[in-house]
Amino acid sequence: MSRRAMLILSCIAVVALACAPLLFSSFTISLFNYVGIYALVAIGLALLTGVAGIVSFGQAAFVGVAAYATAWASALNGYSPWLGLLLAIVLTCAVAAVLGAATLRLEGHFLSLSTLAWGLAIGFLFGNIEGLGNFSGISNIPPIRIGGHALMKSEEIYYLILLIVVLSLVAMYNLLDSRWGRALRALRGGNVLVESLGVNAFQTKLAAFVIAAFLAALSGWLYAHMSRFVSPASFDAAMGIEYLMMAMVGGQGSLIGGVVGASIITFLKNAIQDYLPLISPNAAGQLEVVAFAAIFIVFLQYARRGVVPFIAARLPSARPTTPASAAALDMRVQPKAGAPLLKVDQAMRRFGGLIAVNAVSFDVRAGEIVGLIGPNGAGKSTMFNLLTGALKLDGGAIEFSGLPIHGAPQRAIARAGIARTFQHVKLRPRMSVLDNVLLGAHGRLQSGIVRGMLRLDRTEEARARAEAMRQLERTGLAEHAFDAAGSLPLGKQRLVEIARALAADPTLLVLDEPAAGLRRNEKMELATLLRELRADKLTVLLVEHDMEFVMSLVDRIVVMDFGSKISEGLPAEVRADPRVQEAYLGGVA
Amino acid sequence: MSALLTLDKISVSYGRIQAVREVSVSIEPGQIVTIIGPNGAGKTTLMLAAIGLLASSGAMRYLGEDLAGVDVEARVERGMCLVPERRELFHDMNVEDNLTLGAYSRRAKAEIGRDLDDVFDRFPRLKERRRQLAGTLSGGERQMLALGRALMAKPRLLLLDEPSLGLAPLIVREIFKTIASLRSLGISILLVEQNARAALETADVGYVLETGQVTQQGAASELIGDPKLIAAYLGGH
Amino acid sequence: MTFDIAAILAVDGIASGAIYALVAIGTVLLFSVTRVMFVPFGDLAAFTALTLAALDDGKTPGTVNLVIALAVLAFAMEALALVRAGKMKMLPRAALFYLVIPIAVALAVRLLAPATPPLPVRLIMALALIVPVAPLLDRIVFRPVADAPVLVLLIIAVALHFALVGLGLLFFGPEGVRTQPLTSWSTEILGAMVSGQTVCIVIAAVALSALLYVGFEFTLTGKALRATSSNRTGARLMGVRPARAGTIAYVLSSILAGVSGLLIAPVNTIFYDSGFLIGLKAFVGAIIGGLHSYPGAAIGAVIVGLLESFASFASSSLKDVIVFSVLVPILVWRSLVSVHIEEEDEE
Repeated sequence: MSRRAMLILSCIAVVALACAPLLFSSFTISLFNYVGIYALVAIGLALLTGVAGIVSFGQAAFVGVAAYATAWASALNGYSPWLGLLLAIVLTCAVAAVLGAATLRLEGHFLSLSTLAWGLAIGFLFGNIEGLGNFSGISNIPPIRIGGHALMKSEEIYYLILLIVVLSLVAMYNLLDSRWGRALRALRGGNVLVESLGVNAFQTKLAAFVIAAFLAALSGWLYAHMSRFVSPASFDAAMGIEYLMMAMVGGQGSLIGGVVGASIITFLKNAIQDYLPLISPNAAGQLEVVAFAAIFIVFLQYARRGVVPFIAARLPSARPTTPASAAALDMRVQPKAGAPLLKVDQAMRRFGGLIAVNAVSFDVRAGEIVGLIGPNGAGKSTMFNLLTGALKLDGGAIEFSGLPIHGAPQRAIARAGIARTFQHVKLRPRMSVLDNVLLGAHGRLQSGIVRGMLRLDRTEEARARAEAMRQLERTGLAEHAFDAAGSLPLGKQRLVEIARALAADPTLLVLDEPAAGLRRNEKMELATLLRELRADKLTVLLVEHDMEFVMSLVDRIVVMDFGSKISEGLPAEVRADPRVQEAYLGGVA
Repeated sequence: MSALLTLDKISVSYGRIQAVREVSVSIEPGQIVTIIGPNGAGKTTLMLAAIGLLASSGAMRYLGEDLAGVDVEARVERGMCLVPERRELFHDMNVEDNLTLGAYSRRAKAEIGRDLDDVFDRFPRLKERRRQLAGTLSGGERQMLALGRALMAKPRLLLLDEPSLGLAPLIVREIFKTIASLRSLGISILLVEQNARAALETADVGYVLETGQVTQQGAASELIGDPKLIAAYLGGH
Repeated sequence: MTFDIAAILAVDGIASGAIYALVAIGTVLLFSVTRVMFVPFGDLAAFTALTLAALDDGKTPGTVNLVIALAVLAFAMEALALVRAGKMKMLPRAALFYLVIPIAVALAVRLLAPATPPLPVRLIMALALIVPVAPLLDRIVFRPVADAPVLVLLIIAVALHFALVGLGLLFFGPEGVRTQPLTSWSTEILGAMVSGQTVCIVIAAVALSALLYVGFEFTLTGKALRATSSNRTGARLMGVRPARAGTIAYVLSSILAGVSGLLIAPVNTIFYDSGFLIGLKAFVGAIIGGLHSYPGAAIGAVIVGLLESFASFASSSLKDVIVFSVLVPILVWRSLVSVHIEEEDEE
C-alpha cells in the first residue's frame, strides 16, 4: 500500500473509532479503553522487543510505578491527576533509566531474566509498603478533569485514551523512520555491526528502554484514573508476560501490532471468561489461565511472527519514491596523497593459547590501496578487527591520522574515518538497500529522538537520502535501492556494504575479503570500483585471501602467516618471495 | 561398480541465495576424492549438506541407500563422519573425553580402549595432552584431535573440510600424510581443500567448485597439470 | 542481632539454600543441554510436596490425572509426527516411552495410595509420579520449537509456568500442605538447634550433587550430555541426539526438583503456586553461579538461602523484594566480568 493509502485508511480508522461510543454499549467501550491502555504498553514493547530485540517481562512493573505514583499524588495527597501524570512519567522514566543503565549491557536471556527479577521485586514492593495500602491497594482515586469536567464515564475517558494512543503511534512511527530509528532497527544485527557504523549501541538501547517505560507510564496513569483503584495484582509478573504476549501476537516489531495484539488478547480473555464456565462450570477460574497459556504456547510454536506481518505480507506493497536531490552532506577533507594515514606498530593479540597476531607492524599511506594477504587462518581477520576496534590489542599500538586508536571503542574509530565491510556480510536483510546504506551515514547526521518523533528532521533526512542514493549510483546499485537487502545475491550484498561504508565519508576504507564468493566477472567489477575510489583520493586497505585478485589491484602488499608478517612490498616482490610461496602453496611440494 | 556415496544434483540455499547449485559428486570405495575451489565457492556448504546438517535438494545415496529422511545421527551410525571446518570440538572437556565421544555411535564399546591407544600412537602429541582441555590446544593439535575423534568412530567414509586450515606447513604435511595413510585402513575420503596442490597430490579424483557449481572434474593427476588450474589455484610458478 | 540468632538464621539459610541448590543444579543442567530455562522446576518441586501430602492422607494425588493427561497428549503428538514422517516402525517404542510407562506409574500409585504404604515407599511414589511430567512437557511444548532462539524458549517456559500453576490449582486445590518431617531427631551445633530435617536436606543435596558429578565424569552417557552442552553440532556429528540427551536431562533435573520438593514440604507450607518463588530463587542462585557451572549454581543457591534467611529477620514482608533486588547488581557484576568472553565469542 502506498503511503497515501495508509494515511487515508488510518484516518478512516480513527474516525470510525471516534464514533464507537455511539454504536457500542458502555461495557464494550470500557473493553476498548482497556485495549487502549494495554496497547500503549504493547507499542512500547513492540519497539523494545520486536525492533531492538530486548525482551522485557517487567513492563507491568513500570505501569505499576506510574499508577501508584499518580494514585499516591491524587488520592492520598490531593494533588491534581495532571500533576500525578508528571510525577508518574518522571518517576517511571527515572526507574527505567537506572534499571536500564544497570542491566542493558547484559546478554539476551540474562537481560530478560533480570527484567523478570526486578519486575517481581517491584511487584512485591507495592504489596508491602504501608503507605501504599499494602495488598489492598489504593482506592478512591479521583478521575481526570479537563477544564473542570471530570472524565467519569467510560465514554468520556475513551476519547482521551484514543488521543494518547494515536499520538503515541504517530510519534513512534516517525521515530522508527528517523536516524535514531534506523540505528534501533540495526541493533539486532549485533553490537559489532552497529558500533562499526558509529552508533552507541548501549545508549540506543537505553533510550528505547526509557521510551517503552514512558509509554507504560502513560498507560499506568490512564489505568489508575480510569479504574479509580490500584492494587498490586494488576502489575504482577503474570501481567508482565501478558503484555509481552500482546506485543508478540500483534507482530514482531510492528507498532500497530501492539494495538492489534492488545485487542486480540483483551477480547480473547473476555471470551474465555464468558465461555469457559459453559464448558467446565466448576473449574473455570483455574482453566482460564491454563487455556490462555496454552493458546500462547501454540501461537509461539506455529505463528511466531504475529498477526500484522502475516496480513502485511498479503497486501500490495508500496512503490517507493526515489529520493529527490538535496544539498549534499558535509564532507571530510581527504589527507594529501602519500601522507602517513595508518601506522600499526608491533600489534599483538592472543586467544587463549593461540597467538593470532604476533608483533605485526605496517603502514598505510593516503591514496594507496594496500592488500593484507595470507592463507586462511593467518590472522588477517583478527588484524582487521584490531584495526577497527572490534577486538582489543594485547600489546603494541595503532595510530590513525596521527592519533592512537587502539583502546578506543569501535564507534569512535568509525567516526574518526575508518569505515569497514565484513567478511560475512552484515546487512539488515529485511531493511531496504537504501536504508542499509543510510545506516552508514549515521555519524554524519545530528537529529536525535525528539526531532525524529516530531518529524523536524526532514531536511537532514532528505540530504542523507540523496547522499545514500549517490553512493548507490557510485556502486552501481541504484536500481536495487528499494529491494530488501537480503534478497540480493552475495556479490551485490558485498557492494551494498561498500556503499554503506562510503556513506560514512571515510578516509580509510577497510574491506574484509571483499572478493570471497564472487564470480570472476563480479571480481573484475569490484576491482574497477576500487580503482575508481582510489582515483577519488580514498585510501583502501583490503584483507584478502585471493592472491590473484589482490596482485592486479593493489599498490603494496603485506603478507601474514601464523599471526606474523612474513613479507611486505610491491606485488611483484611479494610474489617472488620464497616465504610467501611456501605459505601459500602449502608444504607439500 | 557401486559408489559408496553419490551426490546427485545437490542444491543448497540460504534464504534466497543459492550457495550450491546442482552439484554431482561420486566416491568409490577406497577412493580419496577432493573438492577444491576458492573461498566462498560453497565447499563447506556442500559438506554440511552431505552429512545432513543442512537441508538440500537433489538425491544422495550412501551404500545404495537413499539418504532422504536419514538424519545426521543416523548417517554417523551408518559410518559417515565429518571433520568440520570449524572442528566443533568440546572445548571444556579434556582430550581423552573428546576422543571417547568419537566412539559414541559405535555398538562395540569394548574396543574403545584399544582404539584410543591407536589414535594416541598416530598422534603422540594428543597422548601427552590427554588430560588437557581441548580449548587449550594449539591449532595443529586441535586439528589432530578432530581427526582422531573422527577415527574413533571407525568411519567408512570420512568427510574432511579444510583440514589444513590455519596450520603451519610442517603440520600440514603431517596431516596430509595421515590422510594418505587412512586409505590403507579402508577408509574412503571426501576432502575439501583450499590447498589445491596438496589436495590433488593426495587424491585420486578432483572436482573444482566455483560459485556453487562444478566447473571441472577429472583424475587428480590430470587436474594437477591443467594450465588453467595452475594459474587460478596452484600458483603460477 | 546476637550470635545465637545469627547461627539460627545461618542454619535456616543453609537448609533452604541446599533446597534451592538442587533446583539450581537441575536448571543449569537442563539449560546447558537443551538451552531451555525451565522456569517451572519450582512448580515441579511444589507439586511433589503436594503429591506427598496427598499420599500421607491416603488420597489419590492430583498428579495421577495430570500425568495421564500429559502422557496421552504427548503420545498423540509423537504418533502424529511419526506417521507424518512415515516412520511407523518407531511407534511401539514411542508408545512405551510416552504412554505405557507414565500411565503404568500413575496407575500403580493410584492403586497403592489408599493403602497408605510406609513413608519411604510414599517418597518413592511421589518422586516416580513427578519425574515423567517434565519429559512429557518437553515433548508437548518444547520439541516442536527445539531450534527456536533461547529467548523464545524462555518466554514459552514462563508461559508454561502459568499453565502449570492453573493446573496445580485444578488438580490439588487451594489448600496449603505441610508434611511430617522425615525424622524427629535433632542436635545442637554452635548453640543453634539443628533439626534432623535440616541434616537430611544438606546430606541429600551433597549426595545428589556427588552422584551427578560421578555420572558426568565417568559414564559415556554423562559425557554425551556434557558434549551436547559444550557443542551441539559437534555432539550431533558424533551421533549424540540432542532430543535424547534433552530427555535424559529432563529426567535428571526432575529428580532433583522432586527431591527438593520432598525435603521442603516439612519445612514450609506449600501451596499450588509456591513453586514459582522456589524456582526463581534457584534461578537467582544459578545465575550468581554463571548459569554454566554446577558448583557455582550450588554456591549461588546457598547464598540466596542465607540472604533470604537474614532478610526475613530484617523485614519478613520485604524478604522477596530484597532477594530479587540483589539479583540486579549481581547480574551487572556478571556482565562486567563476562564482557571479555563475549568479545572473543564474536571472533
